[in-house]
Amino acid sequence: MSIAQESIITKPTRRRIKRTPYLLILPGIGWLFLFFIFPLSTLFATSLQKPAGLSPDDGFLPAFKVLNYSNALVEYYPQFFRGFLYSGIATVICLLLAYPIAYYMAFRARKYRNLMLVLIVAPFFASFLLRTNAWKTILSGDGIVVGFLNSFNLLPQDRILNTSLAVVAGLTYNFLPFMILPLYTSLEKIDPRLIEAAGDLYSPPSQRFWKVVWPLSIPGVISGTLLTFIPASGDYINAELLGSIKDKMIGNVIQSQFIDLRDYPTASALSFTFMAIILVMIYLYIRRAGTDDLV
Amino acid sequence: MASNRPKVEDLHLVNLTKSFDDFKAVDNLSLTIPAGSFFALLGPSGCGKTTTLRMVAGLDEPTSGQIKLGPDDITNLPPYKRWVNTVFQSYALFPHLTIYENVAFGLRRQKAENIDDQVKAMLELVELTTQAQKKPQQLSGGQQQRVAVARALINEPDVLLLDEPLGALDLKLRRQMQLELKRIQTEVGITFVHVTHDQEEAMTMADTIAVMNEGKIEQLGSPVQIYEHPKTVFVANFLGQTNLFEGTVAGIEGDELVVKVKDTTFYVPLATTDIRSGRIILGVRPEKVKIVDQGKTGLPKNQINGSIKLTAFVGVSTQYEVITNWGQEISAFEQNVDPTDLGRPGQAVTLAWEPRHSFVLNPDDDLSAGLDTSWDE
Repeated sequence: MSIAQESIITKPTRRRIKRTPYLLILPGIGWLFLFFIFPLSTLFATSLQKPAGLSPDDGFLPAFKVLNYSNALVEYYPQFFRGFLYSGIATVICLLLAYPIAYYMAFRARKYRNLMLVLIVAPFFASFLLRTNAWKTILSGDGIVVGFLNSFNLLPQDRILNTSLAVVAGLTYNFLPFMILPLYTSLEKIDPRLIEAAGDLYSPPSQRFWKVVWPLSIPGVISGTLLTFIPASGDYINAELLGSIKDKMIGNVIQSQFIDLRDYPTASALSFTFMAIILVMIYLYIRRAGTDDLV
Repeated sequence: MASNRPKVEDLHLVNLTKSFDDFKAVDNLSLTIPAGSFFALLGPSGCGKTTTLRMVAGLDEPTSGQIKLGPDDITNLPPYKRWVNTVFQSYALFPHLTIYENVAFGLRRQKAENIDDQVKAMLELVELTTQAQKKPQQLSGGQQQRVAVARALINEPDVLLLDEPLGALDLKLRRQMQLELKRIQTEVGITFVHVTHDQEEAMTMADTIAVMNEGKIEQLGSPVQIYEHPKTVFVANFLGQTNLFEGTVAGIEGDELVVKVKDTTFYVPLATTDIRSGRIILGVRPEKVKIVDQGKTGLPKNQINGSIKLTAFVGVSTQYEVITNWGQEISAFEQNVDPTDLGRPGQAVTLAWEPRHSFVLNPDDDLSAGLDTSWDE
């Protein structure tokens, strides 16, 4: 009956209705074109340019130099690898830290829930750079953390700053809220009665978690890990401020190619390769995790 | 697996109390629910019926008292160690699992054998075989309700708890599911404990009803017993409509108690009450009351004169509001046999009923108890 009704209503105005959605989508498409497609194609064109002279001051000429890509990859694959490794480790640690916090907020915190949300978002009020610099002081040789760990002989290198540990710790710290918030959102949506029902149906606490809570929180786990891993793998501030020269990630390379060396084609080629790898990884990840209901 | 266990046991609640801060949700409740019965806990919202159910399920911890299943004390067992399963009010089906997996859930957790056969048989029982691979949100309310029943029932618990299981369904479907649940219960022979605020639902399905109010059981009995012979004003009002009269005992005539209400005399069989003197509350259901023109003879012994205030023809019956000469409104329902001669407002009539149709209530009860609570959920 509803189908019949619909067709009666839409018939006389069909043409206008057909056009309206496209008109409405126009500002969005314009935005996308201006701020995504246009800069991206410029970047792509740059990644294939060749130098006009010996110095970067001579500028670059339009070309189709695919070699830029292979050269960049051959030279910088360790930084690629390191970038993904550090951000991967940081993502896993974030997940392990964030899940209990998000779980507590969703099911236990009650009246403290909003306070906890504020506390989790509060670090955003200070700049990213400033907070990472603060960690420099915290982790420094005469700082409290090193002193404490040293007194138990827990630091083989006697220091934290300028080690890979510091970089991973910094990444973990900086991106933790991006893990907590999506996890909290998806855990909070779980009806507590489902957990009761699982208990009623012979599930001890561990099974209640693994058979009900965990599968229902998968959308949050996926969006949380993506929101953490993607920006973390492209980050260069943490490696720059907290790591040594041996801890450089791909973000540092791209940054120095663009700003310091002004080798724009190489920098662009690296950016594009990075993007492509990320896209492939996300594609495989989402396919594996099976996200029919990831919305 | 489940069938290897000894047969279904009686459920005993012993001095069960549950307090939230200084509020007693369940107050020293003692009750035995016989194995294999269909038992209803009936009462208004906040009467403690759901709390009682949750304590039996193990979802709430009693403040004091005991819950026993046969000889075993299960008071402190966690829910997953009790042979008790629940059909939740909102069904609480697992949205990430298919209907098949929802039904298999309990068996899988117990690592049962022949899960596939059992699930298929259970889906057949609730007539959902064709829906097995769908997700819960793809099913209608009535189907979801049946999944919830199947998911609980497949574990062959000693006791199946139903928490307002039909509350979310529309009236027609509810009627249908009432009979369906009754059929399933007869078929499987498991004890059903059914919590509801709907007295019609309780009477349709249950063998035994416990009417609860403020954490206590007001009255326990078969649907006919508690409807025909309510013991308190609350029960009389909560289960259908009733006419109540406040009077005093004037004496005993033969095997009947004589009660004076204003200037009218009523008779009640002595067997219905222990009260022999003093104040008394007398009740009669509207459908027991005959309404005739004044001056007729051959009427039942209890009679009042009055005039019709309101006549409502509702199909199966005609409902009258009659005002007595002392100003009290009395309802009388006449079965629709010959509807041509309806009484008109203002007409003088006599109301009459048999003494054995009267019941006697505690004189200290509040006459409005149970009146405004039945439909607030």
